[in-house]
Amino acid sequence: MIDPRLVLLLSAVLFSLGVAGVLLRRGAITILMCVELMLNAANLAFITFARLKGGAEAQIYVFFIMALAAAEAAAGLAIVIALFRLRDTTDVDEINLLRW
Amino acid sequence: MNLIAFYVFALLIVASAITVITNRNPVASAVALAFNLVAIAAVFMLLDAQFIGLLQVIVYAGAIMVLILFVIMLLNLREEARAHPAGTFQRVLGPLATLVFAIVLGRAVYASAPSSFPEAAAGFGTAGSVGKELFTTFYYPFEAISLLLIVSMVGAVLLAKKKLS
Repeated sequence: MIDPRLVLLLSAVLFSLGVAGVLLRRGAITILMCVELMLNAANLAFITFARLKGGAEAQIYVFFIMALAAAEAAAGLAIVIALFRLRDTTDVDEINLLRW
Repeated sequence: MNLIAFYVFALLIVASAITVITNRNPVASAVALAFNLVAIAAVFMLLDAQFIGLLQVIVYAGAIMVLILFVIMLLNLREEARAHPAGTFQRVLGPLATLVFAIVLGRAVYASAPSSFPEAAAGFGTAGSVGKELFTTFYYPFEAISLLLIVSMVGAVLLAKKKLS
C-alpha cells in the first residue's frame, strides 16, 4: 500500500519547487503559476491527512483552497494585465512603482 | 498496483514541476503546470478522494489554466529575458535556501505521519459525504467563499478595464 510519509514528502518537494520558482523566476505570470504549485502541495498534504483521519473536514478545506486559488488567479492576472498596459512588461525586476 | 501508480504519478508531478520553474517560455510552463495538476488529481483519486480529484481536474486544470493561458496569449509574452548580472547573487542563494528549506520541511513532515493508511471509511471522498458536510457544518464558510469569488470577479473586471496613468 501507499506510504503516507512518501505522499507528505512529495508534497514537501512540490512546495519547495514552488518556492524555488518564486525566488528564481522574473515573469509575473510564471510566479503566479509557482504560487499555484505551492497551493497544490498544501492540498496534497490536506488530502493525505484527510485519508489518515477519515473525516470530510480536510477535503472541505481543499475545496475552499481551490475556490481561493480561483479568486487569487483572477485578481492576480488582472493586476498583471493592468501593469502590462502601464509598463509594457511583466518582468518583476522592472516593476518598481512602490520602491523608494 | 496502487503503489506503482503512485510512484509513476509522483515522478510525473516532480518532473512537470521542474519544467514549470525552469522553462523560459511561459506557454510551455503553463502546459507543464496543467500536466502537473492532472497528475495531482490522479494522486487524489489513488487516496480515495474521488470528488476532490474530479474538482481538481474541472476547476484547476480546466478553469484556472485556461485563464492563465488566455492571459499569456493576450499579452503575447515572449521568452523571459536572461538575468542581468545583478541577479547572480539571487541565482546562487535561491536554490541553496530552497534546498535547506526542502530538507527541513521534508524531515518534519516525514516524522509527522504513521507508515500506513487505515482502511478507508465507507463513503469516504464521495460527493455525497463531502457535500453533506459542506452544506451543514460548513454552510456559512461556503456562502462566504462565494462572496469572495464575486468580489474578486468584480475586482478583476475593474482592474483590467481601468486605464492606469
